[in-house]
Amino acid sequence: MAGDFKISVDGREVTAHEGETILQVLRREEVETPTLCYHDNLTPAKACRACVVELKGSRALVASCERKAEAGMEIQTESERVVNARRGVFELLLSQNDTETAPNLVAQAQRIGADPEHYSGLRYERPLYDDNPLFVRDYEKCILCYRCVEACGVDAQNTFALTVSGRGFEAGIAAGWGETMPDSACVFCGNCVAVCPTGAIMDRREHQMRVQGRYDESQMQVTQTTCSYCGVGCQLELHVDQRTNEIVKVTSPETHPVTFGFLCVKGRYGYSFTEAGRE
Amino acid sequence: MSEQVLLRRRGKVAPHLKDYIESGGLEGLRRAREMGPEAVCRLVTESGLNGRGGAAFPTGRKWDAVRSQPEPTHYVVLNSDESEPGTFKDRALIDSDPFLVMEGLLIAAYATQSERIFLYVRGEYAPQTRLLWDCAEELAAGGHLKGLGPNGSDVAVELRRGGGAYICGEETALFRSIEGYRGEPMSKPPFPTVQGLFRKPTVVNNVETVANVPDILTRGADWYKSRGTARSSGTKLYSISGHVARPDVYELPFGAKLSDLLELAGAGNGKPLEAVLLGGAAGTFVFPRDFDVELSYEGAAARGATLGSGAVIAFAEGTNLWQVAERLGRFFAHESCGQCVPCRVGTQRQYEILHELAGGAGGARERALLRSLSQVMTDASICGLGQTASTAVRSLLDAEAQGALAG
Ligand SMILES: Cc1cc2nc3c(=O)[nH]c(=O)nc-3n(C[C@H](O)[C@H](O)[C@H](O)COP(=O)(O)O)c2cc1C
Ligand code: SF4
Ligand code: SF4
Ligand code: SF4
Repeated sequence: MAGDFKISVDGREVTAHEGETILQVLRREEVETPTLCYHDNLTPAKACRACVVELKGSRALVASCERKAEAGMEIQTESERVVNARRGVFELLLSQNDTETAPNLVAQAQRIGADPEHYSGLRYERPLYDDNPLFVRDYEKCILCYRCVEACGVDAQNTFALTVSGRGFEAGIAAGWGETMPDSACVFCGNCVAVCPTGAIMDRREHQMRVQGRYDESQMQVTQTTCSYCGVGCQLELHVDQRTNEIVKVTSPETHPVTFGFLCVKGRYGYSFTEAGRE
Repeated sequence: MSEQVLLRRRGKVAPHLKDYIESGGLEGLRRAREMGPEAVCRLVTESGLNGRGGAAFPTGRKWDAVRSQPEPTHYVVLNSDESEPGTFKDRALIDSDPFLVMEGLLIAAYATQSERIFLYVRGEYAPQTRLLWDCAEELAAGGHLKGLGPNGSDVAVELRRGGGAYICGEETALFRSIEGYRGEPMSKPPFPTVQGLFRKPTVVNNVETVANVPDILTRGADWYKSRGTARSSGTKLYSISGHVARPDVYELPFGAKLSDLLELAGAGNGKPLEAVLLGGAAGTFVFPRDFDVELSYEGAAARGATLGSGAVIAFAEGTNLWQVAERLGRFFAHESCGQCVPCRVGTQRQYEILHELAGGAGGARERALLRSLSQVMTDASICGLGQTASTAVRSLLDAEAQGALAG
């Protein structure tokens, strides 16, 4: 193809397409690469550093999610430095976060052999914000991946209700200057919930069920439908608890050409009419 | 005391344009206008001037890269954020000769064909901000900004004050700060010379760097290179503090010995020194066996050290260096922007471990932990802060392993 070129990955020559990131090449070549902050539909935040690779000629390791592939690049994904850095990233996060609702993070950590006990020290302590009827924010689970900030900002919603505030270990996601969600610019589209990889922002129903010990993933049935509110025609996935026939949450497929997983408040949260008239 | 070049007007000239011109000022700018932008870049490259902000990048090459960008809008940024512990030479330089700094900047703007100069000054430096701004206004009133910009346009000067974050001295975070965002570093590439401030080709230079330029224009590259060593041209300012009788800013040609500098400042005040922190918080501890180190980029590198921005902090015998390291650890944990995991969590963990060691607790396990953590931060952090936050700690661990640490 025009614009194709070669790069070397772990000593193997592979083809890259013009404009591709290193991560895209690695994925296509099935080179397993851990990622946390990376999301297919969001600008790479290059913040978690789980996807770093060693690039010949570069002093520090580079984030493969962000760095564009260039002809002749020589990349190592299994060198001692890469393995040590990736493990370090997961071990540092495991030493500060509550990972109860982040099975993906835990699974990746196990796969690369991260030791949860390697580091110890101050945990990331935050109050739980249960300040609106639609979602709950439990920032002890937050790994500061920037996904919610980007989804709420230019990558999807353009509402800019969320930002990072504070710095260093005290940095955290905030809605304005410590405002509650209802007082902020939030329009309750739930797109932050949709992209959060750790459950730090979670739909309130799911959160309540988890607190009550009633949430059981195996009882969830996903029903595909089209949103009935307007003519855009967003595809919805209704997550229904088979035991009660209740909708627990609504999502949209990240690959859907209309939504890319993003919805508005009506499509995501306007479902209680389906329960009208129930005992 | 050796010849003072950068500091020659220190305490001698009140900052008025008339006096500055009478003492030879603005001659460099006049010469630059005669030579044309390309020749100025070439001359600065020939002089061997390297950036004094810590990274020692060749200044002329940086300028020429911006000058030759096809994108027509270029900027010059003065990095006067100076927030590293023990570094205060830029403040002294602005205090002693603000017009010299401004003249260097005007030459930079002309050489790179930039339309605008941004002065980014540390928030706490109120008097220096005033000085620079007054100079900028006097220069504008005197017509000295005329015709310096692209196609003979006038160059504009803008002022931005820092908000008290060390990270905003990092060039890409500094751009974000000027643009009105959180000061969070961006990845390089793209480099500032290609996509800098507002995504336009940008030269960002340290205060001391640009102050070297007017003399290079008036006296030439050979004169400039006659001071210093083969690979480090000119003179260097050092901020000395700690256990010294005369803490101050000193100017020495590159190639002087660390011991010369320590003597000038009356280090130890009669008592021997335990060590020196060379190169600031991101530098390394240097022990008496290495006090003969040559102060040049290559001389420091040969001993595994760095000059950084020229900060030298002396510690008298008996100082607990683990306590010093703990304080440095706290500084980095406090100043990390929080963007990336290795630095945000890593600097906190490093501080916690150093806190234990400083209190006399902690053994081999803690030391091994510091080393592996250091590797993670150095390799995987986004910017120089996280990448160098453990440099001093590592030098201390090495010294300890070699038995160079007292008690
Ligand atoms: C955390 C951090 C802080 C920095 N602070 C400063 C500073 O206060 N002043 C400065 O001139 N350079 C600082 N730098 C270096 C700048 O990023 C940049 O390299 C420098 O301003 C370039 O100017 P020069 O080429 O004239 O040295 C800092 C770098 C880092 C990583
Ligand atoms: S619900 Fe929508 S508008 Fe509100 S914070 Fe989340 S992404 Fe932003
Ligand atoms: S709340 Fe979730 S999406 Fe937002 S930064 Fe934290 S972990 Fe990422
Ligand atoms: S290394 Fe530290 S200061 Fe630099 S981007 Fe990462 S968190 Fe911010």
